[in-house]
Amino acid sequence: MNKLVQVKNIYKTFAGLNAVDGVSLEIDQGQFFSLLGPSGCGKTTLLRLIAGFEKPSSGEVVIDNLHMEGVVPNQRPTNMVFQNYAIFPHLNVEQNVAYGLHKKRLSKVEKTKMINEVLDLVGLSGFNHRAASAMSGGQKQRVALARALILKPKVLLLDEPLSALDKKLREQMQLELRNLQRAVGITFILVTHDQEEALTMSDKVAVMFDGQVAQVATPRELYEKPISQKVASFIGAMNFIDGKVIDSKNVFTVESELWGTFTMTRSQMFGNPSKTVMTLGIRPERISIGTASKTDAASVSGIIKDAAYYGETTNYKIQYGTKGATLNVSEQNSFGQMGYQIGEEVQLKTDLESLIGFFD
Amino acid sequence: MTSDSKKGWRLLSVPLVFSILLLAAPLTMMVLLSFWTQDYLVLDKTFTIKNYIEAFTQPVYQLLFSRSLAISLTVTFFTVLLAYPMAYFISFHGGDRKALWLFLITIPFWTSYLLRMFLWKVILGYNGVLNSFLLWLELITEPLTFILYNLNAVIIALTHGWAPFAILPIFVSLEKIDRSLLEASRDLGDGPFHQFFRVILPLSIPGVVGAALIIFIPTVGDYITPKLVGGTEGLMIANMIQVQFSKANNAPLAAALSVSSLMIVAFISIVFVLVNRRYLRKF
Amino acid sequence: MSQSSKYLKIFAFIYLIFLYAPALLLPIFSFNSSQIIAFPLTGFSTHWFKTLFYQETLHEALKNSLIIAVASSCLGTILGVFAARATTRYDFSGKQITLTFILAPLVLPEIIVGVALLIVLMQMGLSLNLWSVVLGHTLLITPFSILIMNSAFNNLDISLEEASLDLGETQFGTFQRVILPLVFPGIIASLLIGFTLSLDEFIIAFFLTGTETTLPVYIWSMLRFPKQLPTTMALGTVLLVVSLVLLSLSEYFRRRTAKSNASVE
Repeated sequence: MNKLVQVKNIYKTFAGLNAVDGVSLEIDQGQFFSLLGPSGCGKTTLLRLIAGFEKPSSGEVVIDNLHMEGVVPNQRPTNMVFQNYAIFPHLNVEQNVAYGLHKKRLSKVEKTKMINEVLDLVGLSGFNHRAASAMSGGQKQRVALARALILKPKVLLLDEPLSALDKKLREQMQLELRNLQRAVGITFILVTHDQEEALTMSDKVAVMFDGQVAQVATPRELYEKPISQKVASFIGAMNFIDGKVIDSKNVFTVESELWGTFTMTRSQMFGNPSKTVMTLGIRPERISIGTASKTDAASVSGIIKDAAYYGETTNYKIQYGTKGATLNVSEQNSFGQMGYQIGEEVQLKTDLESLIGFFD
Repeated sequence: MTSDSKKGWRLLSVPLVFSILLLAAPLTMMVLLSFWTQDYLVLDKTFTIKNYIEAFTQPVYQLLFSRSLAISLTVTFFTVLLAYPMAYFISFHGGDRKALWLFLITIPFWTSYLLRMFLWKVILGYNGVLNSFLLWLELITEPLTFILYNLNAVIIALTHGWAPFAILPIFVSLEKIDRSLLEASRDLGDGPFHQFFRVILPLSIPGVVGAALIIFIPTVGDYITPKLVGGTEGLMIANMIQVQFSKANNAPLAAALSVSSLMIVAFISIVFVLVNRRYLRKF
Repeated sequence: MSQSSKYLKIFAFIYLIFLYAPALLLPIFSFNSSQIIAFPLTGFSTHWFKTLFYQETLHEALKNSLIIAVASSCLGTILGVFAARATTRYDFSGKQITLTFILAPLVLPEIIVGVALLIVLMQMGLSLNLWSVVLGHTLLITPFSILIMNSAFNNLDISLEEASLDLGETQFGTFQRVILPLVFPGIIASLLIGFTLSLDEFIIAFFLTGTETTLPVYIWSMLRFPKQLPTTMALGTVLLVVSLVLLSLSEYFRRRTAKSNASVE
């Protein structure tokens, strides 16, 4: 695997605070890589460090085995799609797209061919002479993409490109970006705070908090095996229940209020399993309602406290035990499902194999 | 220094050097000169505060200082008083045409100050426009004499001359008032009168203070208006400064008078701002 | 509320008349055939405008004023561009104070500026000529230029510059292809305002010209001759019209900077 972009132990300090606090990453050639995290986690700063708009306080950026220290943005093999698109308002679409070709010695015919090719690629054929100011947000974004792609960069950097679009358009663009990346084969590095977006489009995701990378994994791994409670609650929803390790010889014997005593394997544990106190995590859709009998070990009794209807699914808040603790359970509103009422007593079955143990 | 700082200073240094050479240096020179003395064309550079003593003790200068201040304060008061309703009108009733109103207000005043003040001479004269107009309409039988070549003329002309400079800051201040505050005050029981005095006026004080300063500071040093329409009664300190410079060949005294004017104006301005600081806190 | 708003409207119109009345006298009496500036009007005549063509000293003064106006507006605009660019794009300590200092001529009484400059020039033994006036006018124009260019540069999105760099353009190329076109209307507005200010400026010119006069200084000298009054009025009318045209153009261009950059996102 060719490591196209390497970020080595990078720090970036602004006014005494570390916006990027010791980050090391490796991104493969041809990968769709996302930097995911809440606002202020340093993901945009990291992107700008790769682009060259910021200089690292320490550490380095290596692209295609070339050290990027001292290399200014216009010399780097990267191109960026800005969050607000940064379309030049005084130029039309064609002029915007061809902007970076200015210095290159190409004949008019060649330039026009390249322009039309890339406009076709982003779905804006025929828009050549449209004025920049006369376009919608989604169209401007495609122009920004075309403008960057026409220069055939080794890495395309995207700074929250979909955040200004409405939901439907965003979902459409997510798929288009994914397909576009596959079609051109260029490495994409995308910054977003929307975990759904990151999971939908990426080959790999780096989750960042407070300037540091918490976990780098494929979308599936991130969702099913988050390495910390913070990552787990950032990616989708998760229920957290206290637990205790009783025995840890070959497998871990765990005791908890909800499911009594049961076993878990090493691969389900994250953090330092030498402690005995732990937190168990389980996704809302890994609990199902009403299919267990009282004698099943993993069965839990509860009362429906709240139900929120989302069309495809319904999220239930179910109270269990005596201290008023609740579980979030997500049920598909599929054919035949009647839905449960508030106050109803139900039995919950848990898929114990999807339990995760956290020691942080 | 970060590279951003360096770039910024490199750019800013050009106008800064220009300002230092053409403003700071001359002003410093002027202060220096005020401590020297001049005998006809010979400059004596021994340090002395003789000029300042003369400036503050001689009755003629005291009169000019106090008159200049009195005129400026009066002009400031009336200008702001008249400007406020105008600014209010544009801000609250201007609708889509606010920019147009502002433009209309400012056009006449971008033109030659000299011309405009001269026109007041033409208007207020014994045989001038106003008198001939009133005589023609037979509203008076004798031309009015109290309106030219005295204090009144200077005040009238200056009030007119600085009007837009008062309107603009007050307007900006009024525009900044969150309109939902007005709705809240009505909702809580204020009628329009109380709403004005309890909400609008206090929130517009920064604009009023700005307007007052913009008018007060330059008018103290006005030369043209008193010269044109002030006669002998309406002369101000700037006229004396010019006389000391040219005819009396006493540049150091002129410098001392200039510095003194600056100091007095600065003092009054600072006091004024401090008095109003309760309203000037940024909210 | 409509009662008080009606009174306000009446007040506003009366106020406007009060503001415009003196200026309106200029054209009225320039076309009045009588040599006396008073009512009643005696008749229509363009005679006074014609006399303008025969005043040699007037033509000299006009030429001087034009030279000074062009030079100082260009110089003032350049300095304004530098200062505005520095303060809007970069953050550095001491920026605010330095800017306040450079903007100081806006609030200083002109006579103080004129006297101070005169002192320096005299002490340095330099003769007073057109260039001393250019320097003085540049000092006055720069703050106005800064105010205009500040808003032009503020409307310029920094991501446009970054995009240009990202796409391979150099700093200078970015200036040429992106920054300059987008702030150009502001530059034009600044030049026009500077030109008008210089053309109309009296006090500094009065203090700093030697034997060569400028237009306002010429007008000043004419004011003591009652017989020349109508001619002076005619000149004033011409100046008024020219100023109005230039200022309207300037405002038009200033609006263009705001509009052209507003459509970045």
